[in-house]
Amino acid sequence: MSPALIALLPFIGALLPGLLVRSGRSVAATACGTATFVALLGLLLHVPAVMRGEVITAQFEWLPLIQLNANFRIDGLAVLFGTLILGIGLLIITYARFYLSRQDPVGKFYTYLMLFQGAMMGIVLSDNILLLLIFWELTSLSSFLLIGYWRHLPAGRQGARMALAVTGLGGLAMIAGMLILGQIAGSYDIGDILQAKEAIQASPYYLPALILILIGAFTKSAQFPFHFWLPHAMAAPTPVSAYLHSATMVKAGLFLMARLWPVLSGTPEWFWIVATTGLITMLVGAAIALFKDDLKALLAFSTVSHLGLITMLLGFGTEEAAIAAVFHIINHATFKAALFMTAGIIDHEAGTRSIARLGGLRKLMPISFAIGTIAALSMAGIPPLNGFLSKEMMLYEASHLELARQFFMVVATIAAVFSVGYSLRFIFHVFTGPEREDYPHHPHDPGFGMWAGPALLTVLVVLIGLFPNVMAGWLVDISASAVTGHEAHSHIAHWHGLNAAVIMSVIAIAGGIVLLKLHKPLLAAWETAPRPEAKEIFDWLVLTAVKAGRAATDAMTNGSMPRALAFFTIASLAAGGFAWITGSAGPITRPMLPIEPVPFIGWLLLIVATGCMVFFHRVRLLALVLVAIVGLITSIFFAYFSAPDLALTQISVEIVTVILLLLALNFLPKRTLVETSTTIRGWDAFIATLAGVGFGGLTYAILRRDFAFDSIAGYMLENSHDLGGGDNVVNVILVDFRGYDTFGEITVLGIAALAIFALTQTLLQGKSSARLRNWVHDQRRAGDRHPLMLVIATRVILPFSLMVGLFIFLRGHNQPGGGFIAGLVVAIALLMQYMASGYAWAQDRQTIPYHALIGAGVVAAGVTGIGAWFNGKPFLTSAYGYVKLPFLEKFEMATAMGFDLGVFLCVVGAVMLALNSLSRIARRAGETVNVKPMDIDLTDEQEEPKGAL
Amino acid sequence: MELLVATAIGACTAAGVYLILRLRTFAVVLGMTMLTYAINAFLFVTGRLVVNLPPILHGHGEHAAYTDPLPQALVLTAIVISFGMTAVVVMMALGAFIESGDDRINMPEDDRVMPPLRTVEDQDEAEDEKA
Repeated sequence: MSPALIALLPFIGALLPGLLVRSGRSVAATACGTATFVALLGLLLHVPAVMRGEVITAQFEWLPLIQLNANFRIDGLAVLFGTLILGIGLLIITYARFYLSRQDPVGKFYTYLMLFQGAMMGIVLSDNILLLLIFWELTSLSSFLLIGYWRHLPAGRQGARMALAVTGLGGLAMIAGMLILGQIAGSYDIGDILQAKEAIQASPYYLPALILILIGAFTKSAQFPFHFWLPHAMAAPTPVSAYLHSATMVKAGLFLMARLWPVLSGTPEWFWIVATTGLITMLVGAAIALFKDDLKALLAFSTVSHLGLITMLLGFGTEEAAIAAVFHIINHATFKAALFMTAGIIDHEAGTRSIARLGGLRKLMPISFAIGTIAALSMAGIPPLNGFLSKEMMLYEASHLELARQFFMVVATIAAVFSVGYSLRFIFHVFTGPEREDYPHHPHDPGFGMWAGPALLTVLVVLIGLFPNVMAGWLVDISASAVTGHEAHSHIAHWHGLNAAVIMSVIAIAGGIVLLKLHKPLLAAWETAPRPEAKEIFDWLVLTAVKAGRAATDAMTNGSMPRALAFFTIASLAAGGFAWITGSAGPITRPMLPIEPVPFIGWLLLIVATGCMVFFHRVRLLALVLVAIVGLITSIFFAYFSAPDLALTQISVEIVTVILLLLALNFLPKRTLVETSTTIRGWDAFIATLAGVGFGGLTYAILRRDFAFDSIAGYMLENSHDLGGGDNVVNVILVDFRGYDTFGEITVLGIAALAIFALTQTLLQGKSSARLRNWVHDQRRAGDRHPLMLVIATRVILPFSLMVGLFIFLRGHNQPGGGFIAGLVVAIALLMQYMASGYAWAQDRQTIPYHALIGAGVVAAGVTGIGAWFNGKPFLTSAYGYVKLPFLEKFEMATAMGFDLGVFLCVVGAVMLALNSLSRIARRAGETVNVKPMDIDLTDEQEEPKGAL
Repeated sequence: MELLVATAIGACTAAGVYLILRLRTFAVVLGMTMLTYAINAFLFVTGRLVVNLPPILHGHGEHAAYTDPLPQALVLTAIVISFGMTAVVVMMALGAFIESGDDRINMPEDDRVMPPLRTVEDQDEAEDEKA
């Protein structure tokens, strides 16, 4: 089976429970179990090939430009982790079927679980680190959903958030590290990276990459000081804890360290960071576990401790240690999953997980007792169980270190003492002792479905313990070979002679028994001893970050807009100033153009108009007129500097904008009062002057220098005629070269117009509508609202205006013009009718709604673009030919014209809809309308429409 | 000529910034219009100042000089889009004035008080109480 299909199967399985949501727990579990089983089978079929030393790969190009490809590989390491994920997954699916109650939303649970399983399989099968990162984030997200599965429990929600925050942040660090690693290696494929050991370790970026990747791995695998999230994630249902927090997710970090072991390990940095972190985690986790009252918390901290153990072994950097590490991964997964499920059974049947309320379950739950005891003894490292073998190997490696040997030996032994202590506690404080009367439920062994999974694992614990080389030797060999990159041969034996490891083991078991005996006084001492609580520190950090963020936000945006805008302006100025000071602008290369008299007059007009506008801005109508002057000069400026299209666009937009502002001003106050003190205005003027000087200075600096890089316009100028079929390069860029941009822009314009329409609709309802009805205009209306001359003139002009619009549209591809300008010209021609003859009169004669024009425009542009597909070209590729109409000169007919038609329609629709909306407001405000043209209002109190003259 | 263009753009920017720092909507709309002129002109002149060489091809094959058409194409759509933006802002200003009878741009003082900061636990407790 293709590796890609194996990774995909759990995702397919994730869909099934959602589809079968009404069919109940058994059907959902069967569906998921089938998908998992098929995937497991597919994986195991590759085992013979992997044992021959082959690596099975499957490659699909996804985003080859950034080297993100869906490449999968199956090697020994993938077989090891894949078997754990799918095998234990199968057991968990069965177990969860009986653990969850009828009230729990089972479909959701299994969907999340399969999603998580798929993400994990993706991680272990990825042959591309970018792909691996995607699956990595997916495990963070899906585990968030699983931990918070019981949404009604605050502990579940908090635990889920904490896990997401910690592992998510670690994931971000890892992305950075992986990118550095890929850059050094020159490839993001794991196969290539594994070959680049020398280059990676010689690189100056080795240490940053290592630290960043390790942060990701440590957060995921709950290594000190990131260990605190794992116990809080225990708020999840027990199947989740057993799956995520014993066998899979927390092993992802270990997997990654093992995967990159050949290229990252072997340096002093690797040894000190990884081995020391592992050692501390092992000790801290074991010590805390001894004092936990909650069964799952005990197991959680024990998991932290064992993950530390494996991390430390990987950190040692020797092949023997790597063999011990993979062996312990197998062993830990078997006994810990069994223990978690046992804890779940106890919780399920006795109604509590608190050790203080348990004890004496031996006779009541004999099967659970047998399973739990064997698994716990294995965890304690009691011979001949499998936990003993790998722990012995760990102690042996620690006693054969070259660096800091005594230190590692002592601390590892102490950790082992604690480990024996909490393992024995699991047995003696839960199962043995007198039976109690006050269990929340009457405890009894569960049905077969629930204990089958842990029992199977316990059988494995014993079998691997007794016959390690037969049962697990092959798996250890192939995975250790994949980790180290060399052919690895394990010789696991129970007895190596009387060496340091045996002595350390004996000390650990004896010490553990002593700890169990002294547990009561020790617990009392532990409870009173001051110690840092990781959760409180985490909460404090989160709260402080939120407070700091809020303080910064409140300081800048406290509801005062000038304040926020001033901050923004100053920040932009500071950034620009910083860039100017630290960068180098290069020498002045362009000569100045001579100043001609006419442009100088224009400049003078503009400066005076701008100055007067600021000075008189409180007289709003005057300010509007002055703004219009600035706009007109801007359009002349465009015309003068070789941009006829811009000049045409600017002047028509100017007209539309002024009309819009005039219509709005009809309602707004006509004057602004002085509300700010002289000081504030002084500051504002100061900021404004700084901005003006800065922006003007920047403009000048640019104008006096040539392009730093060649303009891409050369291509467009050369190919505009041949490829785009037009001589007006600006228009060809709009409708052809950059057609996609234009398509987006007309859509935005259409949306803006529709937003205006929606705003108007809300204004015409409710309170504001009542206000409008009772509106009192603050200005006298003109008596002659629709002057005869204006009405006649606009009507006579209309056909000519439309023809000009058509002309501008048609010639746009070769001469200044095009859809934008034609649309504006036609819109102005129509607006003139509204202004001259009145809203109602014009509205009566309008047959096409403006919304439809906008829609038609976007559709026309889109259809033209799609048309290119039928010729096998990409979206918006244009074709053209020459057309000769009678009485007209020959002109080119490009498909781009259809696109330009869309632009035209959209612009007309958008402009008209915006202004039309304003007239509707005016009408609601009691503006009487004429039904017939050329009426005259004789009085201000005119209510009824007047007839024609 | 470069100096004239730069000072004109600077003047429009200064006027625009001063006006957007005012307290009433209409002034802010005018300020945004002025800023639009300045920014569109700035984008346009990144193609440098060229007189009498519009990017309209005449005759083919010869290596005639034209001004840079790319900033022009960008600015052309920018002008139209900025009309759309102005229209939306004007409608919002008008709507606010009609609804409240007031064209102040700042939030009223009593709207500015932020609720006290709650920790994760507070929120969870509150949710539980609600449930």
